Amino acid sequence: MAWDRNQMAARAALELQDGWYVNLGIGIPTLVSNYIPEGIEVTLQSENGMLGMGPFPIEGEEDADLINAGKQTITELPQTAYFDSAQSFGMIRGGKIAMAILGAMEVAENGDLANWMIPGKLVKGMGGAMDLVAGVGRVVVVMDHTNKHGDSKVLSECTLPLTGKAVVDRIITNLGVLDVVEGGLAIVECADGVTEAELRAATQAKIV
Amino acid sequence: MKKVYGSAAEALEGLLHDGMFIASGGFGLCGIPELLLDAIKDAGTKDLTFASNNAGVDDFGIGILLQTKQVKKMISSYVGENAEFMRQYLSGELELEFNPQGTLAERMRAGGCGIPGFYTKTGVGTVIAEGKEHKDFNGETYIMEEGIVADLAIVKAWKADATGNLVFRKTARNFNPPAAMCGKMCVVEVEEIVPTGSLDPDSIHLPGIYVHRIIQGDHEKRIEQRTTRAA
Repeated sequence: MAWDRNQMAARAALELQDGWYVNLGIGIPTLVSNYIPEGIEVTLQSENGMLGMGPFPIEGEEDADLINAGKQTITELPQTAYFDSAQSFGMIRGGKIAMAILGAMEVAENGDLANWMIPGKLVKGMGGAMDLVAGVGRVVVVMDHTNKHGDSKVLSECTLPLTGKAVVDRIITNLGVLDVVEGGLAIVECADGVTEAELRAATQAKIV
Repeated sequence: MKKVYGSAAEALEGLLHDGMFIASGGFGLCGIPELLLDAIKDAGTKDLTFASNNAGVDDFGIGILLQTKQVKKMISSYVGENAEFMRQYLSGELELEFNPQGTLAERMRAGGCGIPGFYTKTGVGTVIAEGKEHKDFNGETYIMEEGIVADLAIVKAWKADATGNLVFRKTARNFNPPAAMCGKMCVVEVEEIVPTGSLDPDSIHLPGIYVHRIIQGDHEKRIEQRTTRAA
């Protein structure tokens, strides 16, 4: 047993703190918005120029001028504010965004993150990921612990080109939660039904 | 001085030449200068370098200029969703310079503000930093990125007055203001030109000083990922 996508998103939502401005990446991180804990107010940033991102519209209310960073139609909220891309990344680089929750291809024990390209394969670009990991207060990665071949994605060293060097603070996978600490990774918790031995066995990085 | 022109072709007259550098607003297909791109296609201007966050899709946005092989180089942060782009890039017909999205936006903003270079933490320790000046500030390492000054900026806004004051709508603002700022010349297409004096001076997103020519027209405003929830 391990966490599924929604359980990983629900666990990641526990990282949110009241009053925070947060950027959610594409994929499982997007699901985090479904699990924001009761009594906690967070404002979601979309790096194409919006604070206060609302849910997807109901059919018939899509607006071509209102999309998120994944180019999906979205809605606004009473507190929504719009701005241009330079100001958007100004607030990201300037440390105003408390946390980014992002997907990843690989994370290393020193916090290196690779999530934008696989050499020799189709390269689409880094978008805003490099700016986010360089600028936000805290970077939380949500991903499967292993790839489809069963190889660990939590490594002693990344093999893919980096998105950022020593930028990840916490890793949430289907098997558990790990923190990047001095000298390696520390186990914070194991997913439901996963033993510490299983988590260690699936992790190629050094666990201290 | 007259800034309002009758058509995209008229507004671009005398501004296009082969090998030129164009900065374009837009994010994905949202807020792209679709009428001006069409007119550039019709003009047949070649060997273009575009600074634009994305390259459109195969049949919309900058994608239409890739079909006609008018583009030599793209400076972008994300170029998925475009098969012809990939084909030309992988066959070596098209140059591509990846810029992190915030770096691209700031390069445009800085270029328009008379700032030839700036330091950023974005990309330190990655391939983006290779060959760039590194400098430490307060114990942290930054890399130098250069401002962009384009021969021409093409921009989409929601409303303009006849003096070029612009108002954008929702997330269609995106790269349009920084792109406008970095152009030696800036041509803007809008959905509506309103009488001068009817825009609230406190609510203008980009003052007309950055805008040289304006056209009004009908926009398709295509949606890339129509996503809805249950009612």
